[in-house]
Amino acid sequence: MTEQSTETIYDPIVDTPGNYLREEPGAQPSLDYPPYKSTQLRHPKQPLVYLPHTITEVTGPVLGEALAVTPQDADLTAQHSGEPIGERIIVFGRVFDTEGKPLRNTLVEIWQANAAGRYLHRWDRWPAPLDPNFSGAGRCVTDDQGRYRFTTIKPGPYPWGNHYNAWRPAHIHFSLMGRAFAQRLVTQMYFPGDPFFPYDPIFNSVRDEAARQRMVSRFSIHDTRPNWAHAYEFDIYLRGPAATPFEEAH
Amino acid sequence: MIFPTTPSQTVGPFFAIGLPWPEGPYAVPPGTPGAIRIRGTIYDGAGTPIPDHLIETWQADPDGRFCDLHGYGGGSELPGFRGFARHGVEDGDGTYEIVTVKPGRVPEPGGRLQAPHIDVSVFARGMLNRVVTRIYFADEEQANAEDPVLARVAADRRHTLLATPEEGGYRFDIRIQAPPGSPGLETVFFDL
Repeated sequence: MTEQSTETIYDPIVDTPGNYLREEPGAQPSLDYPPYKSTQLRHPKQPLVYLPHTITEVTGPVLGEALAVTPQDADLTAQHSGEPIGERIIVFGRVFDTEGKPLRNTLVEIWQANAAGRYLHRWDRWPAPLDPNFSGAGRCVTDDQGRYRFTTIKPGPYPWGNHYNAWRPAHIHFSLMGRAFAQRLVTQMYFPGDPFFPYDPIFNSVRDEAARQRMVSRFSIHDTRPNWAHAYEFDIYLRGPAATPFEEAH
Repeated sequence: MIFPTTPSQTVGPFFAIGLPWPEGPYAVPPGTPGAIRIRGTIYDGAGTPIPDHLIETWQADPDGRFCDLHGYGGGSELPGFRGFARHGVEDGDGTYEIVTVKPGRVPEPGGRLQAPHIDVSVFARGMLNRVVTRIYFADEEQANAEDPVLARVAADRRHTLLATPEEGGYRFDIRIQAPPGSPGLETVFFDL
């Protein structure tokens, strides 16, 4: 264990930011992104109104208890009587804020297609097999170092109707609550080297190459378990405080 | 050192396998005294109800206290108060419904009281990020007139943030995009 650290952990009361960082233009995808056709009627056309961060925006729910999260919820390969088909993987990482402080006791929810690229959802009707041993949803709460860890099956890519021969790169959906309404994030985790990256408008809706790469997990031989499962590491950064009380002038 | 944030991506069409849960729409336990229902329809730019949406709400209790990690103001003392509701549908009729209590007034950073309000996030397929709005209450005219956030909104658009009283609670419709020719009907969304 090399991470019994000296790094700072938030004190929930003392360190509650009064104000969260405003993101730079381009850090997030535009809601109006024509290559992803479903955005056309689902983006606001009127300018957004600046919302100062008040107590409502700097607080947020604690949902681990409400959802009665158990360790089994983090193992998507153990939710049925048999083992799901596919490449067994470990998906792990840490949730930080933009100051690099880990966010503890925060809810991480995931959902995904099975190894064949099919979701257990009645709208998903493309001709790939369902797996009776795979539901594709999991959740966990981060530990004191902000760590989360899931065992699952590597999802397959799947076709969709956005344009001719459109396929989504393999991905796992992630939902993060953070500690504050201002930190809420829903994103997708991708796998390194996916051949569909250049053709996917959702991935490419993030226009900055470096920002796109922050959605791509990293293969980890170190965390790969011999004769069991290979591992992908995915760290997530949520907005942090706009300024600290001790920030130096520069 | 400031680390860059992880970008947002759409919640997609299939979030219902992971995110909704049976008690999700209840920010207070059923049967809580003073509980109200807030319901409405979420429309796209063609005026069509969005059948696959996820809506989340966050608010203080009637005393202006939150049920959060920080325990502001000592934390909510309302039994079972969560202050957070999540309603998600996969093939609905575009409507949502949450059960909660009317929030009290909480201060803004300058110390002035805000009008009772509920923060709202809406997610859907076709939305690469959430949109954020606030529910205010049409029957709080005096408090609304003093509210520092509403004061930032053009007077002719404030009505889109007002929930209107109805049997058992309030109605709050959300128009993600104005219908053609009626820009004033688009719900006000905030830059958070």
